[in-house]
Amino acid sequence: MEEINYLLFQSVLGTTFIAAAAYLVFFVSQNKKVRKLARMILIVSGVLQTLYIGSRFILAGHTPITSQHEAVVFFAWATTWAYLSFRWRYTVKNFGTFVSIFIFCLLLISSFSSMEFTPLLPALQSLWLPIHAGVSIIAYGFLSLAFCGGLMYLLQERELKSKKFGYFFSRFPSLDSLDQLNNHCITAGFIFLTLGIVTGSVWARQAWGTYWHWDPKETWSLITWFLYLIQLHQRLTVGWRGKRAAVMAIVGFAAVVFTLWGVTYLLGGVHSYAK
Amino acid sequence: MPSEKIVLLGVNHKTTPVEVREKIALADGYEEPLVAMKNIDGLREYYLLSTCNRVELLLVTDSESNIEDDIIDFLFGEMVSQLDCRQYIYTLYDKEAVHHLFMVAASLDSMVVGEAQILGQLKEAYRHAAHLGCTGPLLNKLIHKAFSVAKRVRTETAIGSSAVSISYAAVQLAKKIFGNLADKSVLLIGAGEMAELAAEHLVGQGIGSVTVANRTLARAVDLAKRFKGKAVSIDELVLQLESVDIIISSTGATDIILHKDDVKSVMRARMNRPLFFIDIAVPRDLDPRLDEIANVYLYDIDDLSNVVEINKSERDKEAVKATRIVDEDTLKFERWFLGLAVTPTIQALRQKMDSIGQVELDRTLAKMPNMTDTEREKFNKMVAAITAKILHDPLMYLKSESCAGRDNSDLKITTVRELFGLTDGKDER
Repeated sequence: MEEINYLLFQSVLGTTFIAAAAYLVFFVSQNKKVRKLARMILIVSGVLQTLYIGSRFILAGHTPITSQHEAVVFFAWATTWAYLSFRWRYTVKNFGTFVSIFIFCLLLISSFSSMEFTPLLPALQSLWLPIHAGVSIIAYGFLSLAFCGGLMYLLQERELKSKKFGYFFSRFPSLDSLDQLNNHCITAGFIFLTLGIVTGSVWARQAWGTYWHWDPKETWSLITWFLYLIQLHQRLTVGWRGKRAAVMAIVGFAAVVFTLWGVTYLLGGVHSYAK
Repeated sequence: MPSEKIVLLGVNHKTTPVEVREKIALADGYEEPLVAMKNIDGLREYYLLSTCNRVELLLVTDSESNIEDDIIDFLFGEMVSQLDCRQYIYTLYDKEAVHHLFMVAASLDSMVVGEAQILGQLKEAYRHAAHLGCTGPLLNKLIHKAFSVAKRVRTETAIGSSAVSISYAAVQLAKKIFGNLADKSVLLIGAGEMAELAAEHLVGQGIGSVTVANRTLARAVDLAKRFKGKAVSIDELVLQLESVDIIISSTGATDIILHKDDVKSVMRARMNRPLFFIDIAVPRDLDPRLDEIANVYLYDIDDLSNVVEINKSERDKEAVKATRIVDEDTLKFERWFLGLAVTPTIQALRQKMDSIGQVELDRTLAKMPNMTDTEREKFNKMVAAITAKILHDPLMYLKSESCAGRDNSDLKITTVRELFGLTDGKDER
């Protein structure tokens, strides 16, 4: 079973690499057939990721989200399905290239950390684990899409402002669609992030007796939450959009990344599952 | 030499400020002035072209007559004093007039060189004139020649592609900024040819609505009607910026009409929704510093040409090529004009009469050797007078090409040639 599990991860890594490569070929050639193929491969990768997480669930006996490796794979899985669900609603030209490369990078990072199964700490043995951690990481999936969109926005806006039209100009989507993507992804991400914090708080009340005890991860989640709150609020009231929204998506995502890794390695606390 | 001359009188965007052009532009269509001009003596054929950038009259008059002043009076009326309008009007004759007409038709005299609309406007103007019987054989030939010159320039040079591609580029950029254009609206400031063209492209791409702001509201209303939009006064400009997304400015104003601070104040009310400014006026209408504002994109005409990678020197190169074509065709027309179809017939007729007279005179004088020189001279004069008087009516018949007449000179030539037995003459038509 563990061999199957290992093989599954390798095939996830392989298909995602092929998907990212195919998207890259599409980016250069703009051949629609290649894009269709790339999308199919990415869907296959999404299915394989689901199977891999499922197999780990069976092997570990609990939601596989407690080790560094598992958390990052879960992150990649959330991003993949957030993108595919998004893609099903509407298209943003060549967005897939950026996202698929991003997903591949996540999986590559996860492959460097230990794939061993760690026994679950008694404190984590709860139904709240999959709910709290799952919801939080789905939020990260949407926020990472906003990050990719923000990067593309800044590149495209630079071409438009400088009036020198380089390689990206024709290949990139319109500023408006990237800004919409930013708005939708941050809204969706923010809702999940809020749910993640609320469920975590409820769980903390059950496990430790207090709703909030200023664990570094809690603090940083709150900081992240406030960053996105500010952006959403400012967009509604004074119209923070375009470049500013793109920059905020990138800054917010930096906070996400720090909450996910920085806190674990630098600050410790009850959320530090990685040893 | 032909007995008629071609005169071109006019004003355009180069010689005349827009305030004067606006006054003389014919707002109520062609018919009224064309009919009114029928009463001017010495005017054989004429046609009138009026666009937002030019008003031009092309006339065929008797070579002796001097009716330019009458025409200028007619054109400007009481609006501008004679003295004033002299400084704006250009008057060109014969070869220069033809050359100018060809330049206009080929869109080389346009504000935006190479734009295609002028040819349509020219055709429309000609249709009106022809319909009212104002044109005759010479103008018919000349204007049709102008059409074919324009076509030649369009097919043989890339001059047209730059104008078309500039508005194409404007649409491309708008799509890169806004994505979907259906819920966006465009504001035209000024109603130039190029702005119209770009607006046409945007409407073709499904832009939501069109608003026109112009100094003279009447012109704005006209243009707005064309795009089913609304017209606003130019004073409402800043207010309008709150509701539109794309602004195409092409006024003849010499100063900047929108400053950075104006636009900056609007952005707050717009909730920072992007604004896309296209400044195709020369000199520029819009403050170049608009570009520094976030979510505001400003492109002037050179930036737009960058988009399609047609740089100025290349455009100029095409213009040189096009001008050569115009020169060439002007020369051809000139040659045709000098040897107008009726002229060889007239010459042949004169020659025949003169030679008959001369032969008979010589024969008679040979039999009368005792005559004095003065008597001989009197005989000479008598023969010349007889031939001239006989020739008078046939020549008048050949030359009579009144304004209302159709081009039936072919028929006349055949009649005269058969009547007088001029079978040997070569027919240049």
